[in-house]
Amino acid sequence: MIFNLALTAILANKLRAFLTMLGIVIGVTSVILLIALVSGLQTYITNQIQGLGSNLMFVMPGRMGGARSPGGVQANRLVYSDTVNLRTKLGSEAEVSASIQRNATLKFGNKRDKDVSIFGVEANYPEIISIDLTSGRFFKQSEQEASRKVAVIGPTVVVNLFGTGQALGKPIDIAGTKYTVIGITEKKGSVFGMDQDNSVYVPFQTAQRQFGIDRLNTIYISAKLAENVKLVQDKSTAILKKRLSEDEFTIQTQEQTLSTISQITGVLTAALGGIAAISLLVGGIGIMNIMLVSVTERTREIGLRKAVGAKPKDIRNQFLVEAIVLSGLGGIAGIILGITLSFIIGRFFTTTIPWWSILLSFGFSTAVGVIFGVAPAIRASRLNPIEALRSE
Amino acid sequence: MALVKLSRINKTYNTGGIPFHALKNINLEVKKGEFLAIIGASGSGKSTLMNIIGLLDQPTSGIYELDGQNTACLKEGNLANIRSCKIGFVFQSFNLLPRTSALDNVAMPLIYAGVSSEDRHAIAKKALEDVGLGDKLGSHSNQLSGGQQQRVAIARALVNNPEIILADEPTGNLDSKSGDEIIEIFIKLNKAGKTVIIITHEADIAKNAERIIKIKDGEITK
Repeated sequence: MIFNLALTAILANKLRAFLTMLGIVIGVTSVILLIALVSGLQTYITNQIQGLGSNLMFVMPGRMGGARSPGGVQANRLVYSDTVNLRTKLGSEAEVSASIQRNATLKFGNKRDKDVSIFGVEANYPEIISIDLTSGRFFKQSEQEASRKVAVIGPTVVVNLFGTGQALGKPIDIAGTKYTVIGITEKKGSVFGMDQDNSVYVPFQTAQRQFGIDRLNTIYISAKLAENVKLVQDKSTAILKKRLSEDEFTIQTQEQTLSTISQITGVLTAALGGIAAISLLVGGIGIMNIMLVSVTERTREIGLRKAVGAKPKDIRNQFLVEAIVLSGLGGIAGIILGITLSFIIGRFFTTTIPWWSILLSFGFSTAVGVIFGVAPAIRASRLNPIEALRSE
Repeated sequence: MALVKLSRINKTYNTGGIPFHALKNINLEVKKGEFLAIIGASGSGKSTLMNIIGLLDQPTSGIYELDGQNTACLKEGNLANIRSCKIGFVFQSFNLLPRTSALDNVAMPLIYAGVSSEDRHAIAKKALEDVGLGDKLGSHSNQLSGGQQQRVAIARALVNNPEIILADEPTGNLDSKSGDEIIEIFIKLNKAGKTVIIITHEADIAKNAERIIKIKDGEITK
């Protein structure tokens, strides 16, 4: 009954009710959308990293995840001899592979492809990190050691330089040096506008020589046995410590990387969700405003209801339920809109909608209705019936 | 025993520090089944008197006993309960809810009396039929004439089967023909055993009552 009463009152002023609800709708939609985006990002990154193989760990320059100093501040001291050292000492326990990276412009004929990620990697790279080729092959150990100018290119590079034409065996220009295309990788897609397929893999020594780089971006270590991951990590740390100080490198296993990422996305979720929640709060103030107007407009009605036997709590509940119905309907509309938009955006970026984000935003919007509906409802319940009946 | 018994009732308003005596030493008894008219000019205190009888207002001093019960110590919730089951109000300006059907308007007091929704509609329908509006159940107030609106308001006052009907200038907004029809309804209700108290400034209306009380400057003069 009390819900019918609230609906009747809301429907009596459709435009006003709609505008009032809009604040809540926008708030709930943005909460759901932002959470969907962040958790989609987390799911994507997690899948990517898990796809690399669970025995994997990364050696990176600088200190990461520690409280003492932020990463990247110290000069990078990771060099190729560290890779060789690790490979020799770990022996058959693990596969070790060095990697450097630069961005460069590619040319073929009069076609150009700008800002391509050039990865200088070793021949054993595909054994550590899965790279699927659609055609051609990866370079061999002998080609790496001979600093041969061969390249395995991503599908975006193929499209940009060759269109629909044949790429294998063609000479391409990477920052002024000619390379021969020997393989094409499978499509991976993009993360937040970063095209992962706009990349090229070339032999490590070739890249090192051409770009004059001696500092490494990453050393990949893959333990042969899953149960030895921790052991290999400890051994590698000990080996590197002989030459480098503790602050100059970090070894992170895949598991540790995942937990770092989930920490980051957790903070991101809280921050973005918090900002979106502010718009819910603003929506709540809108509801309070309109409920106060409504109480003033319906003073006579309140007086009449009291005269025919309504208790103060009846009047209070009537207006409170009205505010809750307003915010609740706004919440439901926001959930529907948020889910719809998440699906639409999901065609471009990965989005996942955790069930708790729906519960949270609906709960929050209803709570907003209660919190901001209480004051107008109490004001209504306290009106003096005589004065209320006398008002115009 | 008197249904309404007012003893030495005073009502003083303090507006801007100057006390205004709206009612002075009012003694009044209304018996069950009586038809009483309270007549007085505007500002005479007759509306204040009605508000006190209707338990919408409390006297500054004096004792008001309704059906033998002293009303001085009752809390707001109890007063609402008594208004709900013992008193039916009819106002000069009808006070119907806008955008609400006649049936729902009449059924509204039953919500607060705790009547179930099926019963509410049956009772309200009967009350509307009793005032001759059986064919206007679904009409909204803006589709009804003044006289019809006031009849809806009377039906609304009757749904809880109250002891007393309190009517404040019930014909004040009506033409004389509709006004006469409304007064006819009050006479009929009184004949059926209801206590009716009409407040008016028109002697013509008042003469329909069994007893007329004149009020002037907050005092009963006759």
